[in-house]
Amino acid sequence: MPVFNSVTCPICGCLCDDIEVTVENNEVVKIKNGCAVCEAKFIGYKGEHRIHTPLMRKDGKLVPVSMDEAVHAAAEVLANANYPILYGWSSTSSEAQRVGVELTEEVGGIMDNTAVVCHGPSILGVQEVGIPTATLGQIRHRADLVIYWGCDPWSAHPRHLERYTSFTEGRFEKSEWTSYMQKLKAGAGKKKLDSALRSGLAKGPVPKPQACYVGGVPPSLSKGGRKLIVVDVRKTMTAEMADFFLQVEPNKDYEVMQAIRALVKDQELDVDSVGGVPVEYLEAVADALVNCEFGVIFFGMGLTQSAGKFRNIEVAIQLVRDLNARTKFMIMPMRGHFNVTGADVVQAWQSGYPYGVDFSRGYPTYNPGETTCTDVLLRDELDASLVIAADPGANFPKRAVQNMVKHPLIVIDPHMNATAMLGDIVFPVAFVGIEVDGTAYRMDHVPIPLHKVVEPPEGVLSDEEILKKILEEVRIIKAQKAEQEKKEAA
Amino acid sequence: MHVTLLSGRTIEQGVGKEYGKASHEYYNACSMCYMDADDMKKLGVKNNTNIKVTTPIGSVILKAVKYPRSATPGLIYIPYGPWANAICSDATTSIGMPSFKGTPAEVEAAPDQKVLSIEELLMSEFGR
Repeated sequence: MPVFNSVTCPICGCLCDDIEVTVENNEVVKIKNGCAVCEAKFIGYKGEHRIHTPLMRKDGKLVPVSMDEAVHAAAEVLANANYPILYGWSSTSSEAQRVGVELTEEVGGIMDNTAVVCHGPSILGVQEVGIPTATLGQIRHRADLVIYWGCDPWSAHPRHLERYTSFTEGRFEKSEWTSYMQKLKAGAGKKKLDSALRSGLAKGPVPKPQACYVGGVPPSLSKGGRKLIVVDVRKTMTAEMADFFLQVEPNKDYEVMQAIRALVKDQELDVDSVGGVPVEYLEAVADALVNCEFGVIFFGMGLTQSAGKFRNIEVAIQLVRDLNARTKFMIMPMRGHFNVTGADVVQAWQSGYPYGVDFSRGYPTYNPGETTCTDVLLRDELDASLVIAADPGANFPKRAVQNMVKHPLIVIDPHMNATAMLGDIVFPVAFVGIEVDGTAYRMDHVPIPLHKVVEPPEGVLSDEEILKKILEEVRIIKAQKAEQEKKEAA
Repeated sequence: MHVTLLSGRTIEQGVGKEYGKASHEYYNACSMCYMDADDMKKLGVKNNTNIKVTTPIGSVILKAVKYPRSATPGLIYIPYGPWANAICSDATTSIGMPSFKGTPAEVEAAPDQKVLSIEELLMSEFGR
């Protein structure tokens, strides 16, 4: 059985490139080193929900059609549309994204990627104040203070701690895994004792139920080695691993961040608590921030989707800038889809703008709120859409999807996802990183090659090939139209 | 009961989406709602029974699950997916990003109402 080493996992922005994949009869049969989501992808890719032939909606139902018929129908829709949306791009290769920019320019539409509902506000924040950042390699070897703010890597980037931060053995900073395991064991012992006390088997005072805060300012914040602080509105699994957990009231991250900025600048706060967090806790965190040698803040949707949105990111970056006057500090968004960073990068080097790019005037323009596809959908300004490597049918607000299905909807996806169920023309496609090669950008903007480990099902093409076919057909239809108009004018 | 609705990732949702959006794994992971244990008691909702969550956008039936890690009074958490998006705020505040976290919501017990499958949900909302 062939075993592929160092395969890159095409799921989240971590792009773990140490996966070991065993293949038998052109099927993945075993995965080593991956997380739960990685295993689900490498096992689930060939499952019952796979699309095998192009489909078109006829009499309200999706029926199989030939590839040529689907390509022609899709090209007709796009060539005749005035203001189409071409959305998604985050779970495919940068090579396909590049063809996507060409196609969007050709049809004069809007090209937007999943950053719009994910780290779009982070990009806006960065455009306002810049970003002091590093590669994950630097962080792995040097960071002695790691903060996760409004994100839960245990759920969304399961191997982030193990590969890049607290639980990895760096050159200058050691892994905290053993001390975490000891803490777990001690916690389990305490649980047993508490339960014995409650049931009356042991004598002593009955312990009070645990409050939301993980008990005051713990001595762990002044310990040596790497420290882990988690800030969130609820105690997540990552928060349980942390040396210190701050529970913030929902939509109050901006206030808490500004309070920490004030404390870092040695100002005094004349209130008892900010955003539900007692000031003494904030002071402890500010001390830890100032006294570290190399700190990093990772942030997620907790900041970008809460009240304030891009202002939260702006103030987080400003906090990092302030801290760099006293120590060394970095900040990085926890990018979700494996190549959403690539989608931003490719769109930016091709058009000048990272997402929400409008080609309807013949040249690229960008104005978030106006040219972002969520707003275009909510205002119902579109007249067609193409969705590739994303699932807005499941992940966009209801009213946006209601407007999307009013107009012709082309979907390119390997799986029968919610958008494909709603689509008018559906293309099957090979999985990038399993069935086709490609390039993807990790969350720290490092490009990583994706490897093909099995052959795609017969007749199933890659995203890049399908997009090129549609682009070619659009050009033919437009040329025919132009000739027709010329004849009529003559 | 008045609560604040948050939506976001869970590891089960991540695994479910990779098996396929029509899979059991995805359905079980996304058609549920984490609630505070005390809030559930006050509302008379037992663990793993159904609730109806209503916002200005709409309402949806979900399975209520006790949040295992800490008290989260006044908060409910729905893993992101079509069920959460049936009720999340779509206010983009002029920057393209809908307000997926922090939507005010009302929760009531609905033990006899059915949680819709993804096909039923899409049909009821989008007619397809």
